[in-house]
Amino acid sequence: MPESPNIIEVRDLRKIYRVGEVDVHALRGVNLDVPRGEFLAVVGPSGSGKSTLFHILGGLAAPTSGTVSMDGQDVRALTDAGRTELRKRCVGFVFQKYNLLPTLSARDNIEIARSIAHRTGPQEEWFKDALKLLDLEKRLDHKPRALSGGEQQRVAIARAIVNHPAILLADEPTGNLDTKNSEAVLNLLRQLNKKIGQTILMITHNPEAAEFADRTVHMRDGEIVEAPAAGH
Amino acid sequence: MINKLVIENLKHRPVRTFLSMLAISIEVTMVLTLVGLSYGMLEESVRRTRGVGADVIVRPPGSSALTLSNAPMPEKLQNYFAGLPHVTRVTGTVVHPLVFPESVTGIDLAAFGEMSGGFKYLEGGPFQSPEDLIIDEHYARQQKLKVGQKVNLINRTWRVCGIVESGKLARLFVQLPVLQDLEGNQGKLSQIYLQADDDANIQTIIKGLKDTPALKEYGVYSTEELVSLISVSNLPGLKAFIAVIIGLGIVIGFLVVFLSMYTAVLERTREIGVLKAIGASPGYVLNILLRETAVLAFFGSILGVGLSFVSRWLITTLVPASLQQKIMPEWWLICMAISLVGALLGTLYPAWKAAKQDAIEALAYD
Repeated sequence: MPESPNIIEVRDLRKIYRVGEVDVHALRGVNLDVPRGEFLAVVGPSGSGKSTLFHILGGLAAPTSGTVSMDGQDVRALTDAGRTELRKRCVGFVFQKYNLLPTLSARDNIEIARSIAHRTGPQEEWFKDALKLLDLEKRLDHKPRALSGGEQQRVAIARAIVNHPAILLADEPTGNLDTKNSEAVLNLLRQLNKKIGQTILMITHNPEAAEFADRTVHMRDGEIVEAPAAGH
Repeated sequence: MINKLVIENLKHRPVRTFLSMLAISIEVTMVLTLVGLSYGMLEESVRRTRGVGADVIVRPPGSSALTLSNAPMPEKLQNYFAGLPHVTRVTGTVVHPLVFPESVTGIDLAAFGEMSGGFKYLEGGPFQSPEDLIIDEHYARQQKLKVGQKVNLINRTWRVCGIVESGKLARLFVQLPVLQDLEGNQGKLSQIYLQADDDANIQTIIKGLKDTPALKEYGVYSTEELVSLISVSNLPGLKAFIAVIIGLGIVIGFLVVFLSMYTAVLERTREIGVLKAIGASPGYVLNILLRETAVLAFFGSILGVGLSFVSRWLITTLVPASLQQKIMPEWWLICMAISLVGALLGTLYPAWKAAKQDAIEALAYD
């Protein structure tokens, strides 16, 4: 069977949460294709279901129904251990709040992701180039509290890509940054996408941030309401 | 890398880390001190029993190796024993217990001196009058007594006439007839010590005594047999006491580490979520916390061993006569294991909670 050009394929994805005695339909039949090497922005207001989509794609939550294929793996069929493996090897996360481990230096925050994925030995050349791109070389020995928000987010990006994941998932990566740092981070994501071909799915409520992506899909009430075809 | 994370986590909260280690160390010190006291006091008892210089000890009916009966023996038995073959010296004593573990021993100074080699006086000299009291150096230091000072014991005032090197039977000595009068036990003895002409004849003497029908109820021991009976396993309740102390140690370690790790897990909820997001398995998270606990228990135990030297110094300085603590290197590993077991038990629930934490909820935790 030929390899699918799509690194992410989502079909009729539904997610129902039980909150007290009420069922909340967070996703109501989402369909989405993301080709390998694309920088996709998912835009929508709070409660539109974009974070739920993010969690399912990242293997942090299980879908209720539908199919999700990530780099050829059927996410729905994965056990907890399988989803852990997915997060370890296939997906890299960048969060709004950076989420670096406060006790470790920037370098060790990156290294622990390698260590968890059982990658040993010196960093690969492509990653060293990426670090140059992220302009982190002089800040690697600092702990997160000594880094600015922009620097912390750049460390988080480095950590997310160090294991060369098939997909980089970014959840409001500029949500805590000022305009200048936001632009820098978005430019970096774009450069990573162009220079090393990193597939990126970025969730944002900010249309200006979405402009840095190759393509933008809009979500509302658990559905994708506007989605130009891939490649447009 | 996981070890680095463990160390950095412990360094991140130095006060909590130090207090956890201190609590574990106190648990270890407690066990080492109480076990050391048990062994130390028994060894001191053995040392002083040997210090008498006797080869055979006769105790009244109803006595055991470790306790004396309230029914003393007639003094005239001494003459009988002195006439036995191979017996070169005989001396009897009366023991009057004070507040545990102290007691006053009545001796015939001349006979006792001949058998034991005599007291070495550090200050003062032998009995001069019936009120005279000889004490050993530890009792003198503990009670801050000097020769010539008055002491009230057994409802009577005594004068310290001599301070002697410790190691011979007891810490406080008075003249035998004085103590016999005081107890209303004139002509009676608590124990009688016999010295043999040759070590090879000790068993012959013992057999002779045991075969004597009139002495059938009496306890007859060689000194070596008696001191071998003065052990933790022979002292009623001591083994159970040590077991209780170990149990308490485990409970203390469990509670301290449980609280410490529980708060650590709560505080690190978000970090645990991050670790899970970047692919850490529940086992990995569990591993981090168990390693942190093992480090706490290890260094806490080392600190505890160090503190057991401090407790011995305090005991030796403050109450050298009442208590003797032995340093027990053979118990260091046991204590380390005890603290590790308590600490690991205390970590199990917090670590399990962390390992099972939902990554999404954890990442949303502020």
